[in-house]
Amino acid sequence: MPEPVSISLTVNGIAREGRCEPRKLLVDFIREDLELTGTHVGCEHGICGACTVIVNGEAARSCLMLAVQAEGAEILTIEGLAKDGKFHPLQEAFRQHHGLQCGFCTPGMLLTALDFLRVNPHPTELEIREGIAAVLCRCTGYQGIVKAVDAAAKELGRTTG
Amino acid sequence: MAFLRSPHAHARIGRVDLASARAMPGVVTCVTAADLRDTVRPLRAASRMTGYHATDLLPLAADKVRYQGEPVVAVVAESRYVAEDAVDAIAVEWSPLPPVPDARAAMAAESPLVHEEFGTNVILTRAFRHGDVDPALAGAALVVRERFRFRRHAALPIENRAALAAWNADGLTLWSSTQVPGMVRDALAESLAVPGHRIRVVAPDVGGGFGLKSSVYAEEIAVAALARRVGRPVKWIGDRREDLLASTQAWDEEIDATLALDGHGTIRGLRASVLADVGAYSIVPWTASIEVIQVISFLPGPYRVPAYLGEGAGVATNKAPMGPYRGVGRPVATFVMESLLDRAARRLGLDPREIRRRNFITEFPWRSPSGIVWDSGSFAETLDEAARLADWDGVRAAQSLRGDATRRLGVGVASYVELTGIGSAIPASPGADIATGTEGATVRVDPTGTVTASFGLACHGQGHETTLAQVVADTLGARLDDVRVVHGDTSAGPIGTGTYASRSAVLGGGAAILASRSVREKALAIAAHQLEADARDIELQESAAWVRGAPDRRVSLREIARSAYLGARRLPKGLEPGLEATRYYDPFFGTASSATHIAVVEVDLALGAVTVLRHVVVEDCGRVINPRIVEGQTIGGVAQGIGGALLEELVYDDQAQLATGSLMDYLPPTAWEIPPIVVRHLDRPSPSTIGGFKGVGEGGTIGAPAAIANAVSDALGSLGVEIAELPVTPDRIFRLLASRAPRTG
Ligand code: FES
Ligand code: FES
Repeated sequence: MPEPVSISLTVNGIAREGRCEPRKLLVDFIREDLELTGTHVGCEHGICGACTVIVNGEAARSCLMLAVQAEGAEILTIEGLAKDGKFHPLQEAFRQHHGLQCGFCTPGMLLTALDFLRVNPHPTELEIREGIAAVLCRCTGYQGIVKAVDAAAKELGRTTG
Repeated sequence: MAFLRSPHAHARIGRVDLASARAMPGVVTCVTAADLRDTVRPLRAASRMTGYHATDLLPLAADKVRYQGEPVVAVVAESRYVAEDAVDAIAVEWSPLPPVPDARAAMAAESPLVHEEFGTNVILTRAFRHGDVDPALAGAALVVRERFRFRRHAALPIENRAALAAWNADGLTLWSSTQVPGMVRDALAESLAVPGHRIRVVAPDVGGGFGLKSSVYAEEIAVAALARRVGRPVKWIGDRREDLLASTQAWDEEIDATLALDGHGTIRGLRASVLADVGAYSIVPWTASIEVIQVISFLPGPYRVPAYLGEGAGVATNKAPMGPYRGVGRPVATFVMESLLDRAARRLGLDPREIRRRNFITEFPWRSPSGIVWDSGSFAETLDEAARLADWDGVRAAQSLRGDATRRLGVGVASYVELTGIGSAIPASPGADIATGTEGATVRVDPTGTVTASFGLACHGQGHETTLAQVVADTLGARLDDVRVVHGDTSAGPIGTGTYASRSAVLGGGAAILASRSVREKALAIAAHQLEADARDIELQESAAWVRGAPDRRVSLREIARSAYLGARRLPKGLEPGLEATRYYDPFFGTASSATHIAVVEVDLALGAVTVLRHVVVEDCGRVINPRIVEGQTIGGVAQGIGGALLEELVYDDQAQLATGSLMDYLPPTAWEIPPIVVRHLDRPSPSTIGGFKGVGEGGTIGAPAAIANAVSDALGSLGVEIAELPVTPDRIFRLLASRAPRTG
């Protein structure tokens, strides 16, 4: 077995360090070593999107990355989305529009939507559907999620001018 | 923990060499069935059905494997990575046997047997008879016949199954991603020979279930047995491949059906014979009958069927076991009946809506040909409203404008009625000895005036924390914010089985009302004593009680509760201290939810692709506790129905090897494939349940596949194509069109 390696990175604005085998997936490192279990695992082969986190500003599937590849990276997980005990407008919109049922897809869905709205701040409904098609939800039929992302886009557009 | 799972569909297990795996650093133990034989008893799903064969549920396969993915060796290690390394280091001597790849093959006289000791692969049969079907068919003006096929599906919750077991001096705690903690506790007590009160099963925040997590699984028993053996907590988190290979699968049936009608389109009789591929084992506790018997039970639908013969057979094959998936049998039954009606309407030149109106049951209560009692139903009303919302006539006009375009429009309807909130009269699994007909609630006001309502239910996305809190708050007269709902923990609530079969609002809600009423009555008595008034003159709302007409003579629920626990000194004479009640509810027959779905689709003839343009559901789910949650349940169900109708299929090859073992091959719908879904509720309280609730969790999935199939048949009607097989993938459409195309050259 190869020797464990050290990894330092910034997670949700906080410098973190850990040691793990070079083969360890980033998602397992986040969940097991950093004990941030809000990031979920649904397939480990890059399809479901449950493991989505933001790596250096862009959405990435943490099941398709090794932890060692995140050396020096800046990562945002779902635990870092709310600020000062206040929900992010996307989270608030998911709550308002029944954008979750079991909640298992929700962390990946929220971070995917965050990245999507960064790239496309004023999307149409079809663009939202295309944007969040990167994440599978088995509970909601997506309608509440589409509404929530639409509402959050409007709210973010209003607050950021 | 990780499992070595069988790579073969059917094979004898020879020598298993664990030596190198055991020697690996970080490996705690590796065990086979033989190592657990003395400490784990097999479980069997019992049933009184005649001709039924129960199979053993063991944590690990002994002697032979019967489906690809069946667990054979369990490895406990310091991490899943190490456990998987160890699995790779295990050598098994397999003697492959010829597999039984599907139900038809399994029926052949020369077929290998999945379970030799039964002498047959047919592990159950059942029939429902009503009236005399032969003369009805013989004398009918119109007879439509079809062989329908509904392919195998996966429920696919996004959270895979998982279990963690820990023992201490008090006994076992099992955390499991299950819908049925109560059933799992009872099963573990039996298989591990541990008293039930020493077992706690907790199912916190389960990531979706849809029926897949409502059976007892080998892995749950394995973690518990292994944790006892190694004296440390043991955890197994299934991955997606394990889920697709070894979770229960659904809906795999072939149905030969014949519908007889008179010249006006009035149904004279229905005959159906259903062949179900139930996979390798009869699941605990439901038995292998759960799907096929529901198909023949519900085939007559919301229609008057004077003569009926429905026969079903469950046949063992070398596939993962069949189990419940949202709708259980009813998506298949509805697909068959609604397709037959549309075929009849086409032959008779009737509007699909009209043929349904002519046959809807209009008198209630109505005893169906399979013995189910429909207490109510709003069939014609849901149909008319759905047609209006879907703009049925507009679609017809657009169709004639498009003519022979390569993108055809189609509109399809499906009406159904389903039994929800099933009580003890009709067990959720016929003949099986499971307490599916009752559920309890404990409502407790503590001395601070807040309310805890605990249930044996296990929510996994249905929003019970909201809806049941609403029911308790309304009934008791407490503030919603003061009510906390506790569920999914066998040691935190009354006895119950769990959440499945659209039962929680009806049974849990009913028990919550009964318990809240008892608590309210006592609170009123205490308040009356404190306020020196008659209990009949006390109002109790929003956690405060006052004398009617004198609102400043008031006490808070907190003051009432404090007195309740301070005892006799503060209480009316003879009143027992405490402010809590546990009540159980059995809705006996259950109640009838109904709906009409209408789908509008576009079929691209060149690509064979079907796009659902819109989908309308008008439903009668009784008194609505929370419209947003009902809508969410329905839309989510429709999305699964769309997946089931167009995209999703578990494909096994002729060696019974799963060809769709990842999400690259098994395709649940994304947001892109799901159209806007319109849902309307008719608020028609059930006449037979406490609270007037009817269940709604499964309905979306029941109606959607049938409506979509009918819409596709409608789009392709002029080409002579009628859909008889789901999912209707581009490949299937392409073949259907090719078989109809005039030959050239
Ligand atoms: S777990 Fe990473 S995409 Fe599914
Ligand atoms: S809310 Fe359950 S998977 Fe999306």
